Amino acid sequence: MRAKPIENLGFQTLMVIEHFGRIAQFGVRIVACLVTRPYRFRRLMADVFDAGVLSLPVVCLSGAVVGGTLSLLGYTTLVRFGAEEALGTLVGLSVIRELGPVLTALLVTGRAGSAIAAEIATMVTTEQLDGLRMMSIDPIDFVVSPKALALLLVMPLLVGLFIVFSLMGGYGVAVGLLGVDGGSFTSSLKGAVEFWDDVVGSFSKAITFGGLTGLIATYRGYISEPTAAGVSAATTSTVVIASVSILVFDFFLNGFWGV
Amino acid sequence: MQRSPVRDLIVGLFVLLGLASIGYLSIEVGGLYYSGPSGFKLIATFDEVGDLKPRAAVVIAGVKVGQVVSIELDEILRARCELDIDPGLGLDVETSAAIMTVGLLGEKFVALEPGGLDQMLKSGDEIGRTVSALSIEKLVGKIVNDTGLEED
Repeated sequence: MRAKPIENLGFQTLMVIEHFGRIAQFGVRIVACLVTRPYRFRRLMADVFDAGVLSLPVVCLSGAVVGGTLSLLGYTTLVRFGAEEALGTLVGLSVIRELGPVLTALLVTGRAGSAIAAEIATMVTTEQLDGLRMMSIDPIDFVVSPKALALLLVMPLLVGLFIVFSLMGGYGVAVGLLGVDGGSFTSSLKGAVEFWDDVVGSFSKAITFGGLTGLIATYRGYISEPTAAGVSAATTSTVVIASVSILVFDFFLNGFWGV
Repeated sequence: MQRSPVRDLIVGLFVLLGLASIGYLSIEVGGLYYSGPSGFKLIATFDEVGDLKPRAAVVIAGVKVGQVVSIELDEILRARCELDIDPGLGLDVETSAAIMTVGLLGEKFVALEPGGLDQMLKSGDEIGRTVSALSIEKLVGKIVNDTGLEED
């Protein structure tokens, strides 16, 4: 009986490892469905619409506000050193290298990832996935894989828009509100940002986060309990797990690959 | 699933918009451009480059004409910089290169000053006269040293 806590620890560890294995298996099945016929192009369109187009307002608005906030924050620090011309560098590098991909991924997880998990979990609860299996249609092929691919595809596009909007927001606040010279803002921005280092790194992060969110949201929906509580648990844990994994992956991407 | 033209159109617009923003970031902000190997190469060797970095600008009369491709040590331990410059500028062999700074503490760049001879530099040639980077630390050291001597 004294070994009970250690036994529990062992069991929990095995559960975590099992989930990793299942997620990997799930990912392989999704990829296998995507590369074999039939290609669910119409389904993909609908999912890109749901995950991408409907996320546009929130992503663009957040981008503009984040850029403006960075300008305000950076200005108060930089002006003490008489270096307010470097505001473009500050806003550009922080948004492109870090905030753009991470914040967009978190926003998309909250807006689209949770919706995808809830939708799939509801289909599990109402036995729609079983219905598909009855008609000999693989639910991973028909429902899951277009959604996962849609998230992977829309993420870089949304990150690009987020960054452009935050640069505009940052420029607007810097030039309109704080009286920084517009020319020096853009020239310090363009001087500091490099294509291979910063822009490529930013979009490789975006693609990683997109794939991660897509995989976690669909997997968590797919394995949910067929109850009302199961749907809500799937939604919640999708947001929690995906957000935490995005932040953890971001750390390792920064640390190991220097992006 | 049936076609729905309005939705497909919006998705298409969204994709174009996203790609446009990626393109803008890459080309405009990121400074990606295809210079390729067609560029005109010059070598400039300096005693001291300070914190000149690859991709720093090369300018003539304040106008950007190229960039620094690489900086490495040569056999006699001087800094050998390879410059990639727009072809067809007609720089002569008397051209000199100097490392300058934007503002007091800003980024370093290479400024070229054309001479007045008829013989032109070819791609791969070395620029004869170079002026090294001015190092603030050395200047300060010099001032401290000079005043220090008087006190002794």
